[in-house]
Amino acid sequence: MQQMPSDTAAVILRATDTPTTPEAIEAMRERLGLNRPLPIQYLDWLWHVLRLDFGRSFITGKPVLQEVMNYLPTTLMLMTCTTVLIVVISVPMGIFAALYRDTVFDQFSRLFAYTGVSMPSFWLGFLLLYVFSFKLGWFSVTSRGSIVDWILPSITLAFAPAAVYARLLRGSMLESLSQNYVLYARARGLSERLVVLRYVLKNAFLPVVTVFGLSFAHLLAGTVVVENVFALPGLGRFAVQSILNRDYPMIQCYVCLTAVLFVVVNFGVDLTYSYFDPRIRLGNQEI
Amino acid sequence: MIIQRLLNHKLAWLGLSLIAIVLLISLFAPLIAPHDPLAVDLMKKLQPSSTTFPLGTDHLGRCILSRLMYGGQVSLSIALIVVMFTTLISLCVGLVAGYFGGRLDHGLMRLCDVFLAFPSLILSLAIVGTLGSSIGNLIFALVATHWAGYARIVRSRVLSVKESHFVQAAIVSGTRSLPIMLRHILPYTLIELTVLATLDISHIVLHIAGLSFLGLGIQPPTPEWGAMINDGREYFRRQPELMLYPGLMLFLTTLAFNLVGDVLRDVLDPRMEKQMRVKTLKTKLENG
Repeated sequence: MQQMPSDTAAVILRATDTPTTPEAIEAMRERLGLNRPLPIQYLDWLWHVLRLDFGRSFITGKPVLQEVMNYLPTTLMLMTCTTVLIVVISVPMGIFAALYRDTVFDQFSRLFAYTGVSMPSFWLGFLLLYVFSFKLGWFSVTSRGSIVDWILPSITLAFAPAAVYARLLRGSMLESLSQNYVLYARARGLSERLVVLRYVLKNAFLPVVTVFGLSFAHLLAGTVVVENVFALPGLGRFAVQSILNRDYPMIQCYVCLTAVLFVVVNFGVDLTYSYFDPRIRLGNQEI
Repeated sequence: MIIQRLLNHKLAWLGLSLIAIVLLISLFAPLIAPHDPLAVDLMKKLQPSSTTFPLGTDHLGRCILSRLMYGGQVSLSIALIVVMFTTLISLCVGLVAGYFGGRLDHGLMRLCDVFLAFPSLILSLAIVGTLGSSIGNLIFALVATHWAGYARIVRSRVLSVKESHFVQAAIVSGTRSLPIMLRHILPYTLIELTVLATLDISHIVLHIAGLSFLGLGIQPPTPEWGAMINDGREYFRRQPELMLYPGLMLFLTTLAFNLVGDVLRDVLDPRMEKQMRVKTLKTKLENG
């Protein structure tokens, strides 16, 4: 983590507008504990992290965890809005693309999928910003605080995953539509709506939920880019700032936090399996 | 055979021709670019398109068309190098883990888990951020964040191939491990790796562009699409073209690799073949 060509102490002194004399650099290294051997630094950090103490920021001197908590709500809000948007777009799209296979709508969803995965998110962000904020004037570029501000960033972030999940859902819907239980449900004379919602969709959701858990990481990484495009005061923007400032405790805390979030979300996904597929819940029990 | 089937798809044609165009432009950029992509001329900054500068100039008066042409060179060559290294590393790890199994397998897979637990962009951001942003570090960061997923896929493939009779026969007849791995198992993993690599090139190109956009990838003044978008940020109200063109190039390049990778996957997927057979059977039945 701390193997760097440019001297950290010097960068920090520069960031806090102190003249970088050799003595000042030495004193700063002493103060930050950077003159100790790397393994010791690492073990020391690990020991503190076990007690939820991520240290203090090199730049501001405030506890890192407190700083991170300041930025976390923005990122969580962005991710929540994005997730909602992904579900709202991809679920109906996937269902209709599967039900009306090979129609114009299906082709459109295919086109959407290709565009979605190939579109650089920062580019899309700027295009949206240009068209909707600048040309049409629907959203202001600067104001913060209302739900409206989250619309463009969420669309930017949701675009690619929504396209992918719609395709995925279509695939697993088609697979599930050809199953015998669907045939049976239809034979019983259940309405098509009921068949699709209760029998097909519930079974088709499992693979989509799995992929959602795995690509949660992509979403998290996407916030870094999107926050930078829309100048949102979130974790991602702050992480890039910390990297540029060589603020190790901050970077370490951020990377650690993302890994924890990732593991927690995947655990949650594992728990939802039992809802979608009761066989998992019942496990090896005799039925 | 595979190529033949690949060429039957219209989308593959589109993708392959796009890739060919982008590759040719990048390769021959020094010959066809109208200007030096690094030539700064502050007198001619932010010009609209004209006959001398077909797509105008950027904030330092550099020719945008030339920069676009050179822009592909760096991204694409880095992407290819990264794919090469990840393939090599993951092949070694996957073959060894899958073939020998046991504790070695367990250890290597846990190592993969560690790498997979971090979002790739964030891990590479941290690596490049701490090591400093040079092209070597960029490649290292990208390989470090990509190999684990590949290794897993290779391993699962090795596990299934290892059970097949010809490998068991080779083991029984006393062939040593290395020849078995290289001659009997390796060829079966290559197909899947090819599909994965094609699809992943587009990811890597976007990844590099994303890092450059954040100022941590390819450093200015080297022309690169992501960095060009970042440069155009401040002027995007006055001249949105500054961001439009490099983004479009990125989009087309990734689209092309995605199209080819997708078609490749369909063509190589054995399940697909079965589906096709079922379909033809069905139509035959329906037609009596």
